[in-house]
Amino acid sequence: MVVNQASLKRDGVQDFVSLRATALVLASYALFILGYFLTTPTVTFEAWQGLFSNLAVKVYTLAALVCMMVHTRIGLWQVLTDYVKNAKLRAILGFFLNLMAFAYVAVGFFVLWSV
Amino acid sequence: MLFFHTVTRHYGVANFTLMVPSITWWVITTIVGLLRVNGQVTVKKQRPVNLDLSTISMPATAKASILHRISGVALFFALSFVIWAWSESLSSPQGFEFVKSLFTGFIAKFIAWGAVIALLYHLVAGVRHLLMDMGRFEELGSGNASAKFVIALWVVLAVLAGVWIW
Ligand code: HEM
Ligand code: HEM
Repeated sequence: MVVNQASLKRDGVQDFVSLRATALVLASYALFILGYFLTTPTVTFEAWQGLFSNLAVKVYTLAALVCMMVHTRIGLWQVLTDYVKNAKLRAILGFFLNLMAFAYVAVGFFVLWSV
Repeated sequence: MLFFHTVTRHYGVANFTLMVPSITWWVITTIVGLLRVNGQVTVKKQRPVNLDLSTISMPATAKASILHRISGVALFFALSFVIWAWSESLSSPQGFEFVKSLFTGFIAKFIAWGAVIALLYHLVAGVRHLLMDMGRFEELGSGNASAKFVIALWVVLAVLAGVWIW
């Protein structure tokens, strides 16, 4: 079996790997933000804006958002396939959930753009 | 109603509120599923089906697993609040103060707490999941023990997060 993670056609193995790779990025980002709040006694607007105007933090945040989209595209698909047996309804729900995930990324992109 | 009962009894009323979006979705899909089953019962072979959750035994591993799924879906919907608050807080000093003032109220604190504990559970159980993918905790004993550990650790972290937020 040829396993090419870079190919556009998806299969179960690639979904498995993508879900876990994105999970690691999301875990590290969650710990990063949690660490920021725990080590900053009072978060002021200047400090908060300073954090997200840092280019590295912008890239990290956007990467986390894109990983969230990939992660939930696969994860929510797993949940939908388990519980929604009607293919048409599953496609419609999946479409809206994926649209929502994309909206999260888009909102994040424009927020980071303007900071 | 059975689902209502099971969730409130086993996972508490507080977590239940957090799960409202996913439950709404669950109810809709269940109704559609039932309609479909109704249409097929006469055609399909009759098989004994037990869907009474209160008579199915739920070992720690099963609880850890379903909580991971629930927390993942809850987290996805909670992100709409998180990303909105994040966007508003970065828009201007006024926006920042507005979001900050929201957090003096119970509802905002509760939503924030709900999002944080969904993340904490999904994170802790996710790490256990990754360890299992690498061959750890796959025996009955260690699987059960690590599942109990994950749930207990989450309860402690959830209380700490509550203290931190309030
Ligand atoms: C934005 C944050 C996140 C969201 C919205 C999210 C959402 C989800 C959803 C909906 C699923 C599918 C659940 C299922 O199939 O039962 C899932 C699965 C999974 N998540 Fe996440 N997740 C997030 C972050 C994380 C993090 C930080 C980790 C890291 C430890 C993680 C690890 C996993 C793993 C290992 C699975 C696979 C579970 C399985 O195959 O049964 N996730 N996630
Ligand atoms: C990109 C990230 C990672 C890669 C490529 C990786 C790779 C590996 C490989 C190849 C093994 C040996 C597997 C085996 O013997 O069956 C292993 C074992 C292990 N890894 Fe990772 N790992 C990663 C991340 C992590 C993380 C994030 C954790 C902890 C949260 C972790 C904890 C462990 C542990 C505890 C073992 C020992 C498992 C055993 O002895 O059965 N690893 N890892």
